[in-house]
Amino acid sequence: MKILMYGWEFPPHISGGLGVACFGLTRALADKGHQITFVVPRLESPDNTPHLDLVGVNQFPLNPASDEQAHFISRQIEALSGTIDTETISSPLSPYLTKEQYLLELQRLEARRDEIRAQQEDENGFMLDMSGDYGPNLMTEIMRYASVAGSIASRVPHDIIHAHDWLTMLAGIEARNISGAPLVVHVHATEFDRSGVQVNQAIYDIERHGMEQADQVIAVSHYTKETLVRHYGISPDKIAVVHNAVTREFAPHATDYQRQTREKVVLFLGRITFQKGPDYFVEAAARVLAARDDVRFVMAGSGDMAPRMIERIAELKLGRKFHFTGFLRGSEVEKIFRESDVYVMPSVSEPFGISPLEAMHYDVPVIISKTSGVAEVLHSALKVDFWDVDELASKILAVLSHEPLRREMIEHGAEELKALQWSTAAIQVTDVYAALKNR
Amino acid sequence: MVHVCFYFQVHQPNRLKKYSFFHIGRDHFYEDDNKNRSILQRVAERCYLPANQLMRDLIERHQGAFRIAFSLTGTVVEQLKKFSPITLDSFKALVDTGCVELLDETYNHSLAFLFSREEFREQVAAHRALMRREFGITPTTFRNTELIYNNDLALEVEKMGYQVILAEGADRIMDWRSPNYCYQPQPCTELKLLLKNYKLSDDLAFRFSNRNWESYPLSPEKYASWLHAVSGAGETINLFMDYETFGEHQWRESGIFDFMAQLPEQVLRHPDFRFSTPAEVAAATSPTARLDVPDFVSWADQERDLTAWKGNHLQNDALEAVYQMQSDVMATGNEELIHTWRSLQTSDHFYYMCTKWFSDGDVHKYFNPYSSPYDAYINYQNVLADFESQLLPQSHTQKK
Repeated sequence: MKILMYGWEFPPHISGGLGVACFGLTRALADKGHQITFVVPRLESPDNTPHLDLVGVNQFPLNPASDEQAHFISRQIEALSGTIDTETISSPLSPYLTKEQYLLELQRLEARRDEIRAQQEDENGFMLDMSGDYGPNLMTEIMRYASVAGSIASRVPHDIIHAHDWLTMLAGIEARNISGAPLVVHVHATEFDRSGVQVNQAIYDIERHGMEQADQVIAVSHYTKETLVRHYGISPDKIAVVHNAVTREFAPHATDYQRQTREKVVLFLGRITFQKGPDYFVEAAARVLAARDDVRFVMAGSGDMAPRMIERIAELKLGRKFHFTGFLRGSEVEKIFRESDVYVMPSVSEPFGISPLEAMHYDVPVIISKTSGVAEVLHSALKVDFWDVDELASKILAVLSHEPLRREMIEHGAEELKALQWSTAAIQVTDVYAALKNR
Repeated sequence: MVHVCFYFQVHQPNRLKKYSFFHIGRDHFYEDDNKNRSILQRVAERCYLPANQLMRDLIERHQGAFRIAFSLTGTVVEQLKKFSPITLDSFKALVDTGCVELLDETYNHSLAFLFSREEFREQVAAHRALMRREFGITPTTFRNTELIYNNDLALEVEKMGYQVILAEGADRIMDWRSPNYCYQPQPCTELKLLLKNYKLSDDLAFRFSNRNWESYPLSPEKYASWLHAVSGAGETINLFMDYETFGEHQWRESGIFDFMAQLPEQVLRHPDFRFSTPAEVAAATSPTARLDVPDFVSWADQERDLTAWKGNHLQNDALEAVYQMQSDVMATGNEELIHTWRSLQTSDHFYYMCTKWFSDGDVHKYFNPYSSPYDAYINYQNVLADFESQLLPQSHTQKK
């Protein structure tokens, strides 16, 4: 089938798990014979992804017809919530970017504003600037993105429209308005996962509208499906669960690695935000270190809670044993996994959570919170309630103390990873497509 | 003459409480008394009491022609005394009818035979003493934990003076032979071997309420006709199962009690059929052949081997750890510590650590108080660490 897919990011330009998941899924779908056009907001370098057509919205000239569409879309969004201020939506929308990165990006855009405008007016049509980053002017971008999506739908032949997360849902709806093809909305995370109780109403409205409009919803876990049913009132019959898998190419396995740390290392890797539960990791670390001091804790990542975590560690006087690495990339990620004896994901709310799978790929046993989608597919992980720091500490100590436990988890983990293939997910997604086509 | 030989296993483990790393050295009580009490009382209410009543009625109605055997572990007897004395009394009343045989096994339902002959003999002796003390009976039939069996066990049990031993009639050891005869273990000269007819046993224990089973619903007439079909091709049909089959594994609503209430009558319609206990079957039949079983068999899972308790790193490590303590524990001479140590040997602790998720994982899950085998292992090792700290000379002399 021909699939018109909308995403917000795609490797190598990624800031989180969404891009990785899109890459894994699209490649497996391509292997099944689907032809995919993947639309991202911005494409700087030419597309060299062999398995699909990667298209940047910034490359598309906007013709007058679709300009009208843009107005139409804006009106639709206003009707949807009535309250969306398109210019001044502020920062809680930024699931992946750090504050510092925001500011840099903002400055960059400011600096280029006149230049861009000049450039746009210079061109034949009108080129939208799609920064593709999540920032304060995100809502404006979403709407512009949605409007241009229309013009792409009219040019790219497709049987199915597939939109990933709220960022692209309006684009998906608009594409369907134009082509009439069935719309699949794929939910990787909801506003409840990102913000906890302080839900951004505008985003919630878009998510809900997108799922209501969709012909079919795909959730990355039963955990997420339950959220969609409970908090968004979506009928469970409309939601298919397709678990994520591992994209092995991101983590080539070298067996001759020499560890540098002689002490035991316990790793947290992820955004240091409310959703990821870094504070529970810190409290558990204090308990573990009270029991044995030959352990080091590493918190890798960045996020708005980082300063508070650093202060708390100082207050507990654990700085000698607890290390912050900041945001890690590529080879640094691999290195930190290889230095670790146990990986902990104490997420408060994790729609899926692909990083434990990556840790397991490096033969690192994992402890994960029960409130995660990945807990549904992993047997070879220890599972805890994120708030139960005593239990978390006890389990960290158990993995560090009992070699047979570690070995059993690693051996079973390797078997389980083999079973978590994107090809399985692609079969399930294909079934969803087929059911929509035959409807 | 064909004997129909029912033996019911009665066992409850002493489940451990949630015991985290931070309990070690601070808390020397390991069992989850509340859970053990509530489970025992639930099982007593759903199974033991109504089933005992049913068995009693059947024995009375058939005037001695209905006969059964029980094996009660030491742990379940302890729990009954503590949490449900009336249930223990109802077992005693059943034994007093004279139509019930009691079997011996390891007191703690343990895997001691696999690790220490000395410990094995001690636990069997303790069970034998318990049967004499509580029921006034000295058993002559032996069944090892979960029907774990091989030649060496048979020889050991013969030396201990038993006349009959029970085992699983697994295909692997039976080959072309029928479980419906009395056998002699390869290395033995006196001991007789009775083998579970797993097909007919599991029809009741596992399939009775399965709506997808071709024979559902199973009537007493139909089942009796299957038993009668053995006539001329066997001397005994050994139906071995957990007593919890009645009311717990098969709910009352499945009709299992009504089924059982009518079964003896249907079986006894055939003039060549009678109910007998294992000792009676052994006395009435002679071994038809010798059976060579060098490798262990059991009645657990599809594999019917030891892998339900001793099949992965977790289980092997935990088992080795607890049995390694033997000399240190015995050296304390402290009965309380020895009792606790033996309680930690109960096979269920290791069963909970089984990681065979894909084949028999479901049944393991059903019987498992832990949400994962890793949790079971971690909890057990934490308990063991505390227990070991109590073995240090200064701590147990203080205790005395």
